[in-house]
Amino acid sequence: MSTTVIPHDLEPHPLTGMYNGKFGIWLFLASEVMLFGALFSTYVLLRVGAPPGQWPAHGSEILNVPLATLNTAVLIGSSVTMVMSWAALKMKKLGAARVWLTVTFLCAGAFLVVKYFEYTDKFSHYQVWLNEPIKVGEHEVTTIKGHLTADCPKLEVSEKNGAYSVTEHVMITPDAEPGGHAHGEAVKIEASKVKRISNFGPRHSPYLATYFTMTGLHGLHIVGGMVVILYFILTGGSIWKRSQEKYTNRIECTGLYWHFVDLVWIFLFPVLYLL
Amino acid sequence: MSHHEMSVADVKKHVRVYIGVFALLLVLTGVTVGVSYLHLSIGAAVGVALLVASIKGTMVACYFMHLISEKAMLFWILALCGFFFLVLLLVPVITVHDSVGVH
Repeated sequence: MSTTVIPHDLEPHPLTGMYNGKFGIWLFLASEVMLFGALFSTYVLLRVGAPPGQWPAHGSEILNVPLATLNTAVLIGSSVTMVMSWAALKMKKLGAARVWLTVTFLCAGAFLVVKYFEYTDKFSHYQVWLNEPIKVGEHEVTTIKGHLTADCPKLEVSEKNGAYSVTEHVMITPDAEPGGHAHGEAVKIEASKVKRISNFGPRHSPYLATYFTMTGLHGLHIVGGMVVILYFILTGGSIWKRSQEKYTNRIECTGLYWHFVDLVWIFLFPVLYLL
Repeated sequence: MSHHEMSVADVKKHVRVYIGVFALLLVLTGVTVGVSYLHLSIGAAVGVALLVASIKGTMVACYFMHLISEKAMLFWILALCGFFFLVLLLVPVITVHDSVGVH
């Protein structure tokens, strides 16, 4: 029985200077650049075309910058641990490599946990737009941001488009004013006075729709990377026994993907949170 | 020298570079966040944020992804990709100059 040998599986191809698997990953990453490029382009279009006051002047008005900064540090850290794993394999230290891979996996998990808290906070935070100004504390306002109280009647969800509406009235505890500590007292608003109500989910505004789409897609890439990393943590021993070079190359390819995910976040962070 | 034929001493040298790059990336992250609180004009804020992000991205690509030691052919492929990425980013500009339906 004849065996088929895959050319340039391990040794570099003379034209590309690298083994074929690595070249394939680079081409895949080039296609990923175009995927995220389309979303960045959409961001520019929506932001430039947003009517005055419709796009937050600074992402921190809505998003949690300290948490995102922490996540940036975690993701950069995971890139280092990933490359350390590859370096350990180059020094023939399988045990150390698997420890670095495990740390990378945990960092990725930590990133998603932080993102979970960011997301859930947005879905429980509401904004009410009013038909006419009402007095809250010492100010007359036409919109209130805050959290619904426990005794607030359940909001109705439209079957047509999923938008929220108020049945009788809404009870909302307004956010503290910038620089202030105490939250205001809960405000009762009759349904007739509510023009629109929404949580800070994707439906809230083009800005948040863009935020959830881009960070959501990035989050899916993190999950995909975690699956691959976990696979190589679990199967590392057996592949290493068969071919040390093959396992090292696979970790290098996984690393290329992982660094790309880090690279995308390096641009997402300032674009969505800081500008 | 390709990664195919690295000695342990070479790898240890690489590890020192990785740690240096990691420290620099953290510092630049702090710079990005710090500058955003200076309340610069929107043009300056976008310029600084994208410049720092580009420096960080280049460091990740060059050192963590070892782009710095790859053959020129890969650079040409990525340059083509970068060109089309810029075209995509500039597509919204067309909407500014779109006069169809405007009288």
